Amino acid sequence: MPLHHCELCHIDLDRISVRRGGQILLQDVSMHIHCGQLTVLIGQNGAGKTTLIRALLGELPHSGLIRHVDGRGLDIPHLRTGYVPQHLQFDREMPLTVRDFMAASFTGRPVWTGVGKKTRARVDEALAAVNAEGLADLPLGRCSGGELQRVLLALAMNPSPDLLVLDEPVSGIDRNGLKMFLDTLLDLKKTHHMAILLVSHDLRFVREYADHVVLLDKSVLAQGSAAEVFASPEFSAVFGYSGEEEEAE
Amino acid sequence: METIYSVLGSILPLEAYQYNFMKNAFLAILLLTPLLGLLGTMAVNHQMAFFSDALGHSALTGIGLGIILGLRNDLVAMLIFGIIWAILICVIKQSGSASADTVISVFSSTSVAAGLLILARGGKFAKYSALLIGDILAVTPGDLLWLLLALVATLVLWALLYNSLLLTSVDSFLARSRGIKTRLVECAFVVMVAVAVMLSIRWVGVLLINALLILPAAAGRNIARSSRQHAVWSVVLALFSGIVGLTLSYYLDTSAGASIVLVSALCYAVSLAVRSFRK
Repeated sequence: MPLHHCELCHIDLDRISVRRGGQILLQDVSMHIHCGQLTVLIGQNGAGKTTLIRALLGELPHSGLIRHVDGRGLDIPHLRTGYVPQHLQFDREMPLTVRDFMAASFTGRPVWTGVGKKTRARVDEALAAVNAEGLADLPLGRCSGGELQRVLLALAMNPSPDLLVLDEPVSGIDRNGLKMFLDTLLDLKKTHHMAILLVSHDLRFVREYADHVVLLDKSVLAQGSAAEVFASPEFSAVFGYSGEEEEAE
Repeated sequence: METIYSVLGSILPLEAYQYNFMKNAFLAILLLTPLLGLLGTMAVNHQMAFFSDALGHSALTGIGLGIILGLRNDLVAMLIFGIIWAILICVIKQSGSASADTVISVFSSTSVAAGLLILARGGKFAKYSALLIGDILAVTPGDLLWLLLALVATLVLWALLYNSLLLTSVDSFLARSRGIKTRLVECAFVVMVAVAVMLSIRWVGVLLINALLILPAAAGRNIARSSRQHAVWSVVLALFSGIVGLTLSYYLDTSAGASIVLVSALCYAVSLAVRSFRK
């Protein structure tokens, strides 16, 4: 898979605002999401994290600019995003294997007519990249939370995105599944050198894995390294305790 | 047509199939049931059973409006109205102003009331009551040509849209994030269902059309594990119910539509048993 040509390319969010029905959901959110880095969005429920993701994916109308820029500050046309939703609200009884699900996203050939050799191999390869070999012939509804997240990650990674967006992908997964998922994610970050934006409530995880942390409450309250953000007065104001206390626990 | 009749006569050595009206009905079943069976898989996945029921009911209004507007061809009136009605329900449902089943219920009852209002003027509804139960024995060779065209057109559209529809039925936001125009795809599907329903309603009837769309697909779903198995089972069960139901109706002197639906219901019961046995 091709690597990005430049270590300094980034996605530049410039004063993103979202209003709906006279209510301000996001106000002037500006931030950079660097490639090769794991950027984590934190904030209370209702702080606008999912709204920001939806705006970023073009699902919600917004004002402000989203640019994909290379190291010299020049625009790169097209921003290819991969998206891993928090959970799938689907009918678990649906007769649909993991292979059907992925093949339907990869090709135009209707999957009820079968999955061709090439696509079959592509699905296997995509699943292997997230350590999910062996899931292909399982019905999608039988996958555990962790397995489903891997499948969704495999899907989001194909075609290889410039920006991978994950909306709280670690909720509802057991400890082991979580560790495996995060290791896979870090692995992908290294090998593909893409920008990753992740929403998380798990502050311990944020401290351990995040390269860049953004604290959001309608607008950006603080951003920087995990240590910087956790030590900020805004962090204590939002979470009711300081990052140092959490560490002492 | 004569060659088809004679071929049918020789491969179906039953007394029932010595008559041309039975052969026509048989051919109609061969065209109609796979079409409804295939579309049904997605209607079931999209949880649209109630929706297609409402569409069937709108045929009454379609015919009523056709009479008012002076359209001589019932089918054209039904098709136009059915398509408009389907798109309207789809758009209102997508706007999310009320829960889907509420929206559909409003549309369903409105169309039945409007249809009855027009068709039952001056106590003349008896003339149209055949529409409620349908008459598959009234199929003509000309109708068969229409059905064949519809089947081919639907299969082409179906092949183009299937994967997008499948992803949309799993998670529409995820589908959109992968560049699928989910609203357009859903509306196109709804129009396909509308066309299939309107084409078959004269033979199957307003009361039973939905069963033909939903029952084989629902039964197939109980047995299948993959998309392919679902499609295959759904079509096979639809064909089986259609042929067995039609044949039985001749010998038992019962309504063909009702017999077909009851055979489908039996298939569904068996599929439920198979499913619980597997678990």
